[in-house]
Amino acid sequence: MQEEISIKDLRKVYKTGTAALKGVTLSIEKGDFFALLGPNGAGKTTLIGILAGLVVKTGGEVSVFGSSIDKDPVTTKSHIGLVPQEFNFNIFEKVIDIVVDQAGFYGIPRKEALARAENILKDLGLWEKRNEPSQQLSGGMKRRLMIARALIHHPRLLLLDEPTAGVDVEMRHGMWDFLRKMNQGGMTIVLTTHYLEEAEKLSRTVAMINKGEIVLNEPMAGLLARHGGKKLENIYLDLIKQDNEQPS
Amino acid sequence: MTPQQIWTSYYTMMRREFVRIIRIWSQTLLPPVVTTSLYFVVFGTFIGSQLQPIDGFSYIQFIVPGLIMMGVITSAYSNTVSTFYFAKWIRNIDEILVSPTPDWVVIAGFVSGGVLRGLLVGILVLICSLFFTHLAIANVFVVLAALILTSVLFSFAGLINGIYAKGFDGISIVPTFVLTPLTYLGGIFYSIEQFPEFWQNVSLANPILYMVNAFRYGFLGISDVPLMTCFAVLIGFTVAFAVVSIYLFKKGTGIKN
Ligand SMILES: Nc1ncnc2c1ncn2[C@@H]1O[C@H](COP(=O)(O)OP(=O)(O)OP(=O)(O)O)[C@@H](O)[C@H]1O
Ligand SMILES: [Mg+2]
Repeated sequence: MQEEISIKDLRKVYKTGTAALKGVTLSIEKGDFFALLGPNGAGKTTLIGILAGLVVKTGGEVSVFGSSIDKDPVTTKSHIGLVPQEFNFNIFEKVIDIVVDQAGFYGIPRKEALARAENILKDLGLWEKRNEPSQQLSGGMKRRLMIARALIHHPRLLLLDEPTAGVDVEMRHGMWDFLRKMNQGGMTIVLTTHYLEEAEKLSRTVAMINKGEIVLNEPMAGLLARHGGKKLENIYLDLIKQDNEQPS
Repeated sequence: MTPQQIWTSYYTMMRREFVRIIRIWSQTLLPPVVTTSLYFVVFGTFIGSQLQPIDGFSYIQFIVPGLIMMGVITSAYSNTVSTFYFAKWIRNIDEILVSPTPDWVVIAGFVSGGVLRGLLVGILVLICSLFFTHLAIANVFVVLAALILTSVLFSFAGLINGIYAKGFDGISIVPTFVLTPLTYLGGIFYSIEQFPEFWQNVSLANPILYMVNAFRYGFLGISDVPLMTCFAVLIGFTVAFAVVSIYLFKKGTGIKN
């Protein structure tokens, strides 16, 4: 089997009847920095949720580095680190406990987890805050806490669902550097974001999803070149507009 | 996951829960101790002193085992129902669900939290009761078995409630309208032998009666129903609730979309 993330004809219909994914096929290469773009409600979080094992798919097949999420979820889950779109940690718990407990759920002993947490929290500028309850962090710090939590078990695939929402400009640049470094170290990264400049700067491959369907999937450099120096934002706007005008 | 890793994950859940129970002890441990102490004072000392002994035991001695059981039942139940519902509500249950920790370990973690709080409350209430009366233990194994099985049973029950609960009222309906009446009518304050036959039979449909009687047997050596029946009911309900919990987790009810 190929060492990649392979998504074939992925479908999701929620209990409410909403068809969030209507046959998505994607292949993400190992080591790629992959941007998944699309308007609100396009199905990005749903797709990421299925990869991470939080959303049950209705149809299709997904494999992560050669292991199926259905047949071998233990392996795929241990490969994946998830930074969710919404804050989902216990606000009463201390920063350090949130990160160290997460390591515990992956079977990493506490002593080792503490050493790892120290490195990661220092890298992300949260070490000084380690003994504060997470509710006392600012919005941008909370985002970074979720990144720290997702990295504690050294995943090979990092899923970032709008990781920079509400993060200030300077911090955002710091996070970009951090993510680039992670990617250069061999980590495969899938990023969703509504800041198209961010996707343009960071990612090597870009896919656009609209109403549960992939409308574009190609290398970033090629896409930009094809559109003769247009900004990603403008390419995106044209494409989504075009797609929305088509009868579905 | 290796057994070692599974243990680490389980230990992490338990540690988190233990720290939480102790940190907010005034909400988790104190209330049942205060309530049962009031029962000891009012029913045991004031009213109990005017009552006939039951099977040769003073009224307060008769009700102590049942009151301990009441504390254990409500604490175990409310611990799992509230921690599970809260984890679902703030979605930090996802922290465990994205990890490779198997479902049965997640269930074991939540249930063990309830058992832990049930046992802590049981021990505290027992200690309090010693200020009001003296207690002998007729059979320590029966006491321990009844105590542990009951807290496991109600931890599972609370978990199932937490899985189904869709709002904060959903976590208080069952405790208020099912658990409390069953507990009060579960033979804590009386022996059903004092009832007419019809009401004796009605009482026998209440599972809590069997737990209270098993526990009372462990202390006083007396029971309204045969000990074997008590344990059969306890084990039967525990297994049934465990199976339902595992099934609901597999299906992802209330936790996965
Ligand atoms: N739990 C749910 N139950 C029912 N419908 C849902 C649920 N979650 C998402 N949906 C629906 O599925 C569709 C896709 O939602 P999703 O969250 O995947 O979009 P998204 O691309 O992440 O959007 P955003 O950019 O706003 O985060 C939407 O129509 C949404 O209303
Ligand atoms: Mg989203």
